[in-house]
Order: sequence, then C-alpha cells, then structure tokens
Amino acid sequence: MPEAMGFFTDTTVCIGCKACEVACKEWNQLPAENGGVRELSGDSYDNTRRLDGIHWRHVRFIEQFKGPYDGRWLMMSDVCKHCVQAGCLEVCPTGAIIRTQFDTVVIQSDVCNGCRACIAACPFGVIDINPVSGTAQKCTLCYDRLQVGLEPACSKACPTDSIQFGAISELRTRAGKRVAQLKSQGVAAELYGADPSGPLGGLNSFYLLVDKPEVYGLPRHPELPTANLAKSGGLSMASAAVLGLLAIVGLRKRRMDEQSRGGPGNV
Amino acid sequence: MGSNMAECHPVAFRWPMKAKLNGAKLVHVDPRFTRTSAVADLHVPIRAGSDIAFLGGLINYVINSKRWNSDPFFREFAVNYTNAATIIGDDFKDTEELDGVFSGLVKFSEPAFWPYNGLEGRYDNATWAYKRGPKAPGPVTKDLIAKRAGPPFDDLVRSLKPGPADKDPTLQNPHCVFQILKRHFARYTPEMVEQVCGSPKEKFIKVAELLLENSGRDRTSAFAYAVAWTQHTYGVQMISCCALLQLLLGNIGRPGAGVMALRGHAAIQGSTDVPTLYHSIHGYMNAPSALRPHETLRDYMAAETSPTSYYGNLPKFLVSYLKSMYGAAATAENDFGYDWHPKILGDHSHIACFAAMAEGKVKGMCCVGQNPATSLNGGATRQALRQLDWLVVKDNWLTETATSWYLAPEVKSGEVKVGDNKTEVFFFPSTQIAEYDGSFTNTQRMLQWHSFAAKAPGDCRTDSWFYHNLAKRLKKAYAGSKLSRDQGWNNVTWDFDPDAGEEPLYPGEISARKVLREINGYQTADPKQHLKGFAELKDDGSTTCASWIYCGCYPAWDQNLTARREADPPGVPGAHLKWGWAWPANRRVMYNRASADLKGNPWSERKRWVWWDATFVNPPDPKTGKPVPRGKWVGYDVPDFGGTKAPDAQPKPDGIGLDALSGTQPFIMRADGKGWLFVPAGLVDGPLPTHYEPHESPIQNPLYKQQTSPVHKVWAPGKPYNKLAVVGDPKFPYVISTYRLTEHYLAGAMSRWLPWLAELQPELFIELGKGLAQEKGIKNLDWVVVSSPRGHIRAKALVTDRIGVMHIAGKRIHHVGMPWHWGWMGLSTGDVVNDLTAWVGDPNVSIHEGKAFVCNVEKA
Amino acid sequence: MLVGRRDFLRLTASAGAGTAIGGLVGLGVTLAPAMARAQELRIKDAKTTPSICPFCSVGCATLIHTVDGKIVNIEGDPRSPHNEGTLCPKGAAIYQLHMNPNRATKVLHRKPGAGDWEVVELEWAMDRVAELIKKTRDETFIEKLPNGKLVNMTPAMFALGGATLDNEFNHVCQKFWRGLGVVAIENQARI
Repeated sequence: MPEAMGFFTDTTVCIGCKACEVACKEWNQLPAENGGVRELSGDSYDNTRRLDGIHWRHVRFIEQFKGPYDGRWLMMSDVCKHCVQAGCLEVCPTGAIIRTQFDTVVIQSDVCNGCRACIAACPFGVIDINPVSGTAQKCTLCYDRLQVGLEPACSKACPTDSIQFGAISELRTRAGKRVAQLKSQGVAAELYGADPSGPLGGLNSFYLLVDKPEVYGLPRHPELPTANLAKSGGLSMASAAVLGLLAIVGLRKRRMDEQSRGGPGNV
Repeated sequence: MGSNMAECHPVAFRWPMKAKLNGAKLVHVDPRFTRTSAVADLHVPIRAGSDIAFLGGLINYVINSKRWNSDPFFREFAVNYTNAATIIGDDFKDTEELDGVFSGLVKFSEPAFWPYNGLEGRYDNATWAYKRGPKAPGPVTKDLIAKRAGPPFDDLVRSLKPGPADKDPTLQNPHCVFQILKRHFARYTPEMVEQVCGSPKEKFIKVAELLLENSGRDRTSAFAYAVAWTQHTYGVQMISCCALLQLLLGNIGRPGAGVMALRGHAAIQGSTDVPTLYHSIHGYMNAPSALRPHETLRDYMAAETSPTSYYGNLPKFLVSYLKSMYGAAATAENDFGYDWHPKILGDHSHIACFAAMAEGKVKGMCCVGQNPATSLNGGATRQALRQLDWLVVKDNWLTETATSWYLAPEVKSGEVKVGDNKTEVFFFPSTQIAEYDGSFTNTQRMLQWHSFAAKAPGDCRTDSWFYHNLAKRLKKAYAGSKLSRDQGWNNVTWDFDPDAGEEPLYPGEISARKVLREINGYQTADPKQHLKGFAELKDDGSTTCASWIYCGCYPAWDQNLTARREADPPGVPGAHLKWGWAWPANRRVMYNRASADLKGNPWSERKRWVWWDATFVNPPDPKTGKPVPRGKWVGYDVPDFGGTKAPDAQPKPDGIGLDALSGTQPFIMRADGKGWLFVPAGLVDGPLPTHYEPHESPIQNPLYKQQTSPVHKVWAPGKPYNKLAVVGDPKFPYVISTYRLTEHYLAGAMSRWLPWLAELQPELFIELGKGLAQEKGIKNLDWVVVSSPRGHIRAKALVTDRIGVMHIAGKRIHHVGMPWHWGWMGLSTGDVVNDLTAWVGDPNVSIHEGKAFVCNVEKA
Repeated sequence: MLVGRRDFLRLTASAGAGTAIGGLVGLGVTLAPAMARAQELRIKDAKTTPSICPFCSVGCATLIHTVDGKIVNIEGDPRSPHNEGTLCPKGAAIYQLHMNPNRATKVLHRKPGAGDWEVVELEWAMDRVAELIKKTRDETFIEKLPNGKLVNMTPAMFALGGATLDNEFNHVCQKFWRGLGVVAIENQARI
C-alpha cells in the first residue's frame, strides 16, 4: 500500500527562479503561451500570472515595501493542491479525474471531454483547458515519473529545495520543524493546508507562508463546490481501480479552444 | 557584493541557502533589492561604483576593532601569511599624500603603430617595490641572455633573484605594508561610507560586525562577486580590495572562505585558461609583446619569470607550449620557434579592436558564439562592423551580429542604407551542446566532459570543425611558401583528425579527445606517453604541453579525468576529487597550505582541510632510492604544497622556484610566498585600492581631488560615436546599472528564441523607483525613453521600491536599472540596452564600465 | 511503500548509462504538447548520455535522454555535487535549444552591397572564407615594426567568441589564429 505523496513548498527559501515552471513544461511538453511572444505584465517579475492548462506550476511575486529598499519581496511557487477531498474529482462526469495510488489527483487527458465542470469546482483556480488538447489539464504530480520511482520534474529541478517532494507524513514533520525554527527567529511562519483535519481534508501540496494566505492568492477557507460529499478516500481507491478500463473507453472529445491561447506550433 | 547570485547563478545559490538553514548569515550589498536580497538576512543598498569605499570602510573598521586586535589568530595569519610586515621603499607616496594618485604617475604616449591603448597616463611602479638587501653575487642576467645560456634555463632564473626583502614582524615600522594601509584607509569611516556609498551607517556597521564575528580560527566568511565588480574603470581594484580584507580576516586558502568569482559562461574560465584572449598565451603566460622587453626567448623569460615562486618554472611552461605549437621544428637552436610566435602591438582587446575597426584598421572578423552588435556602445560597434571587408558569424541562431547589416535600428530608420554597406557577410549554423563531445571549465576551475548524444540538423557543424577545416585549407594554400613570414604557419602542427578506428561525428570533424591530449601534454618522443602533471615538464623540448595548468587532466592516453562522475558519499567532508578534474593538479581550494597554522596543524577542528602528518612514513625517493624523512601534507584536498616539505623547512639559499620558499609560505604563486595586501607589481593602477568615481558620475569624488582613476582607459576619445558625460552633467542626472535576469542569458541568443524562457520575461523593461516615477509622471508599464550621450532607447517602466533614491554627499541621486538581454531577433525582442554604454574601461583588463554610468529617463 | 526523496534520487542516479528506465509505454518526442495519458513515461527505452549545462559557469551536470538518436528529455544529473539534479529555468530549457523550429541550419552568404542573403553550399563558403583570410593576411602582415622589432603578426583580423564554447574549441581557435600571426583573439571574458 503506497503512502500519500506530495509537495511541501517552503516559500521562505524560494528565489523565484521559475525553474519549476520550465522543468514542468519540459517534462510534460507544455507549450508557452502564444509561442512565447507576449507582453510584459508589469506585475513584478510574474509574467505567466496564473495556473492554467499550460501552466501547471506558477511562481507568484509579491512586493511589500514601505519605501525605497525598505520591505520584502515574497515569492511562492504554486501548483495543484492534490486535495484529499478533491472537488474536481467529485464533479467530473466522465471519471477522467482519478485518485492515484499515491493519493494524488490526476486528469486523464484521453478520458476528459472538456466539459469544464472541474474548472468551476476547483477552489484554487488550478485547472483550465489546454488549448492544444482541448481537454482540462493541470499538474499530475508527474504520475508517470512516480510510478517508476522518479521524483516530479519541478521539485527535482528546484535549486533551493523550496519545493520538497516526499511522503506527506514525513513532509508534515519536516514542515513543523521549519516553522518552529522560523518562529524562534521571530518570523511569523504558518503552514497552509498541512492539517488533515482542516479544509478539504488537508492538501497534498501544502505551503509554509509568512503572510496571510490571501496575499499569496490562496483562499483562506477553501471549500468544496458541493455539499455532502463522501470522504474522498474510498472513492479515490475505487477510481484508481477502474483506471485501466476508463483509459480505453476513449470518451475524449477534442476541442480546440482558440480563445486567446497559443496554438501548437512552438512548445 | 558585486553579484546577484540567486538570479544569475541560481543553482550555485543552492549552497548559501543550505548554509543559511544551518545558521549562516547572508548579506547582500547591492544597488538593487533583487531576488538575492529577498532571501538574504540583510540587504544593504550601495551606490553603483562605490564598492571600494565600502570595502575600504570594512578594512578600516576591522583593523581598528577590538576583536581583530585581541584574537591572536588574525595577527598570526597576517604577519606570517601576508606581506603585512614587509617594508616598502622610502620613495613610495600614497594617495593620501598626493590627493588621489600614487607616486610614479607619468604621461602615456600612444605608439603610432597601434594607437588603441586608450591611455593618457600610466604608472612607473619602481617606487612601489619592497625595500631589499643586496642581491647575491652570481652570473648577470644580460650576460646570460647575450651568450644564449640554456637550456636548462636555471642559471637565467637564478640570476633574477632579488635581494631579501626587509620586514618588521612587529608591524610598527611606518613604511611596513600594515602601517601604510592603516594610514591609507584611515579616512574610510562609517560616516564616510554613508556619504560616498549611500549605505546607512548602522547597516554598514552590522556587516562589519557580522564579518568579524564570523571570521577566525573556528569560522570563515566568503565573498561572492561577479561582473558587478569587474565592469568598472577600477574593477580589478575592487576585487583586490576584497582580497585584502579577506587576507586580514584570515579568510583565504581555507574551507568556506575566499573571494569567489561567479563567472558568467559555461566555458568562460576555460576560454581564459585556454586563452582566446589577446593578452595571454596558455596558462596565464603573458603574450609576447612589442611594448615589453620580449625581443628573444631569453629576454621574454627574464622579463616574465618570477624566480622565487612556482612561476620560477616558467621556462618549462613556455618551451613545452612552443613545442605544442611548432612540434619537431621547434629546437633549442631556433629558440623553440619563439621568433615565429606573433607579438602583440598593445591593446587588442574587444573595445580596442572595435575602435580600430571603426578607423578601417581591422578588415576581417570571425565571430563565433558571441553577439557584439548588441554589446558595448552598440551604435559604435555596429558602425565599426560596417567598415569590415568581410564578416563571418557562426552561431546556433541568426544573431543580431549576423543581421545588423539589414536589421540594425539605424538601418531600419533609414539613417544607413543597406547598399552602402560593402561587407561580405557569412553565416554558419552551429551544433548545440548535446551534439558533440568536449569539456567546459566551470567557475570552480573544474573541467567537466560532455558527450555526444544526438546528431545536429542540416549544415550545423561544431565550432572546432570550422577552424579545423579552415586550417586544412590554409595549410594547403601556404604549402611550399619560402617567405619568412609564412614559416611560422607552415611549422604549426595540426593533428586533430580522429585516429584510425575513431569515427568522426560529422564529416571532417575533429577528435575532441585528441585536442585535450595536446593541451594536457606528452613526452615529445612518444605522444602516447602522457604527462601526469606539470612537475614533469622540462625546458629542453623533451616535453610537449600546450597548457601547463591543465597538465594532468589526461594523465594517460585513455584516461580522461574530466569525464569522471564519482561524487563523494553523503556525509563525507571531502572535496569530490573524483568528480571531473580541477586545475591545478585537481586541487579544489587554492593556497590550501593556509588552512593550517605555522606548524601545519589545522587552525581548528571545525575548519580542518589540509594538514601536516609528521608521522607519515614516506617511500624512498623513486629516482635516487634515498630514504625520505617522515612527514607529509594530507587532508581532504590535494595539498597545495610540495608533498613532503615540512612546515619548518627553510628556503635553500641557492634555490629557485619552490626551493626558494619556506614551509610557512602558502602563496606559492607569489614571489614571496605571501598573500599581498600591498601589490608591489602586477597591477597597473596602484598598489592599494582607492575610491575613485566612475568615468560618468553625478558627483565630485568626496575623498580626493583626483576624480577618476588617473590611468583608466578611454577608447576613441573625442570621437562622435563615443561621447561622454561630464561630472554632474544635468542632461544625464541618474545613475544606471545594466544586469542580467534569471530567465534570459547574455545578449539573448540562447534564450530569446526559446518559447519557455521568452514567456517568462517577454519584454525589455527599466526598473525605476516610485519617487522618480512620480517626479517624471511615469506609471507602471508606460513606455519611457532612456538616453545617454551615446544613444537613446525605449523600454517599458517597471515602477518599484526595489530600486530608488540614495543620499550621496548631500545630493539625492536616483538609481535606475536595465537588463541588457534584448535585441531585434528572436521571439522576445526589445531595444539594445548597450546602445547606452561607453567605451571606457579598466586599465588592467580592458573591461568596460557597464555597471555605473549616467542617463536620463523621460516618459515616451 | 516508503518512498522518500533519497530513494527517488537513487533510482534516477542509477540511470547513468544505457536505458533510462524500463517499464511503461513511451511517448516519443514531439513538439506538440502532451496529449496522451499522464501515466505514460516518455523516457522508456531512452539512452542516457551525461552532459553539462551550456549556460552559466556553475557547471551543472545533466542527463540527455535519446530515443533512436532523437532527444526526448534533458534533466539534471542527481549524482553531481554541484547541482544534485537541480537546474535553473535556463538549464531546464536546454531541450528547447535543440528541439526548436527556429534553429538555423543553413549556410548564408551576403555579397558586398547586396540586399539579401543567399543560401550557399558549406564547402563553397569555407573555401571563400579561407581565401579571404589569406588575402587579408598577405596584405596586412607585419614582420618588423619601423623600430626594427620582430613581431610576425597582423592586427587586421579579429576573432571573437569562445566563452560559451568548449576548451577544445578555444585551443583550436587560438592555435589557428596565433599560428597565422593573428593576435586579436577575444571572448566574453573581456566584457
């Protein structure tokens, strides 16, 4: 029986290099928006702006200054939270979204019909349509790599180990120690999503923050879109069991979502 | 200081961040609050270009501190391992006495045969020399040269030995180095630092206290710098100033200590060692020069050999190098072909060459993997390129340099007509890293091999292929020439085709292994007998070795140590000696003798690195069979000191090279085996670092009447394409720095074509403070025009408090900053920031001043 | 199953040579984004070749995965004491240096005064450049200065570049030019 695996992101050691964004795109062969031809956002050093179907990792930059040179610059690499109670999984009508043996949440692209229900259901705004596949996409926690014992591309690339991958139980212990260390140094550090009795049964990608969650674009009280959902644990195991069957059903209806997003030309 | 490590060397920054988690303090002193500052314990703002005032302030603070004067470690290190006690000649005059210049300043006259040195003044450094006793009697150098003595050249080297230097180990003599530097930096007080640098006094003191607390027997501190310390008219002096401070703190030659150069390119260390640089030949020997007494082989040896350091072996390095150039044709009779080797005429550096090109003195150019059309004073550079008869660009991408003849801004604006440009232009596509074999030398001097993985498309060829196949053509073209000028080329050895059995990667491709074998060197009589290290080199032609410092990287015909990938197991305090190969001799920390005390014991258990094991039983001498006394240098690294030379060993009276040094002189490349606080020779702009203003500055030098370094370089002075701002020029009131971003690389050729990187930083911007933005009515993302006396460009505004106003010498001075990655090619395009920079630079190394100059900013 | 980071690192590290990872069905390489199922592994049956990042000077070790001679993936080598498998965004994008439709693959020539490039044969272009180098050398060579000093050089040709290229290139480049008497050899270390 595999253990729950996930990410612990310590934002206090993030240097905003965006290696995670690129390593994710490299491994998952995701395109740049508009082939990379874009305009400056003006929002600090953040030019990708959000998580969506082709940005499965996103680094946020928050400038907090009182005057010249007087303040701090927060950075955080964000990703799908792989919620223990995952709204996306619950609302998916095709069963394309599964819970894996690693307790991670994965959208099977060839089963997804692009109905967008999951997009609306995600309390973190993680999921969007990948315009090339026409299906909903997000971080898979490198399910393909996990199955052969490889670490996810983003955490492997992270130069300062701001993104740490491992067994959730071990990550929680490590995170607790880090919080204690920071508090002893007078830093107001808090964990977000590490509590299994907290919202959504805890997040399998959780964070160490030094300001309010909203500052990082995280909802203070993330909620499921529907009430009275059963504990997702049992459901997820069932999903995993039917994985093989669903994979060959081929419910996928490809829809090219032209909107403002880039075509397939350049990765 | 002088670097933005988190952004420009993110993976190396993994280690300071790990140290931070273990309790280390990170300090970032920088004109901008960057991604490095964001995770540092302390960010201290500093005005661009004022680093010597800051470092000089630290030196003054340290030597007057209670800690430095009460912990005997500091004095023990300084007195024994540095030249603090050495007495300087009575005629030396400091900048404190001459209001900003040292004794020996004379006028420089440009020679008519190559007037591109960019100098008006130069120093005659005779008065900076050590005070010395009489020289030992013996053969006179000029007689030995006249009678063509040697090989061996030992007598010639011995004849160069000066008399012993005077010393005062009490450090009380007013002419000793320590007292001179104490006076020199006395006015560099925290208050002065605040005035000159704009750094708040309390933050400056905090830095000084952190350094003092964290230096000593048990702790060490390190500085990391990059081009923010080199791109100045006094860049070398900034680094020298840091070295001075670190020597005083005992932070050199020890683990976790040092002055770390964070170099900018995968092979930039290699391209300096294996010099595609005009001023040096392999292994940091100076290029033979028409401006120095280098007429004959022996003249060169006499001028360049330092007889009482490891450089006492220079004749061996030089002769082995000449053998690698001219092979069997290089004989003792013809001075190993020395006369065939070209001599430089003066400064042929990057800017000097473009200044000469602009005047039609350079006719042809091969540009391989570099993009000067977006580089220093871009407008002037492109104008110079248009004067060429022919230009070859070889690159992976169609660069700005390849396309400037039809796409440069001045062409697009109609100012310059394409048809008027008579340059014949070639573009050759190149291979990428995975498509060939070879080695890079990283910033730690480590050679690492990379292997071929996939074929390149189309006509892409390696860059070595290009010169290899040109060489073959030119060998053919000159074959049979009897002209004396062609004899050098006809005698150059050229044997890089793969041996039978090794398939070339592309038709006509070289064997990279064979090239590295020639660099490593071998016994002349049998090229399959490789040299195992530079100790095997001879000065009689029996060894062939292009680069003495790389000797040992390929110790046997089939043993390429650069390809090793065996790291130490976790938890071992080792130096990963089986991962790659670092020069010299696979040593990872240079001058590591200094990691032990005078007796050879580690300074502390915590800082153990290399030490003397007095009980070690040595085998008998392999040559003579005689027994060798007990004792050996051992440790985690390759010891930087003759293996069995005891700490109490005395110099041999008649000795040259290392035999002239005692067992307590760790700095074996220096003539006195000591770290130099005061530099008696080797720097052209002064023996001690002194605060000068950048060539373009908004203020008068607050410390001296002398405004700028009196010997700094200005190329193309007075030319319309290199206009310069005067001090305090009201038309250009702001200080500007140029820099790199994590998401792009250099002039952008390797990043602006990559969609994944282009989307991360899609457009050029200027970072400017909220105060300045308000004054100028500029909002975030507005287009602004940035101008300098050389040109003007457009960029979008990023308004931020991460850069801003500083209070300097009673004036409010705004700082702005621009990344310089952009040009007109690629997926992400933007104006050329280097169109703003000037052709002014450092007199030691001819590096331009890109980190501190002046500009104006207006809303577009 | 207890899988910590070290186990994962070790598993990756074992991919030093030969086949990267056995197991699932690979996707092969394509410039189109991932559309197939996320649970499939791209580097199945890939050959692994050790390499070094060509960007900054840190010298991060990489592993290049190829299938049938085509690059399918490039990531950090976890064995390296420098980077321990990590990379920065540029290092993570090395794949796109190679697999990129924007790459230049043809030899171009512009005649003096012409308004356009012409695509030319590699061998012809090499012959022409050799001819120009010889012509310029022969016209500008200085054996002795007016003051009688022997210099055997020409200042009229300029070779630029080398800091992004291998040690072996640098040796070949400087030997070629110095052999011919050309001294103006420079690279990015100067700027």
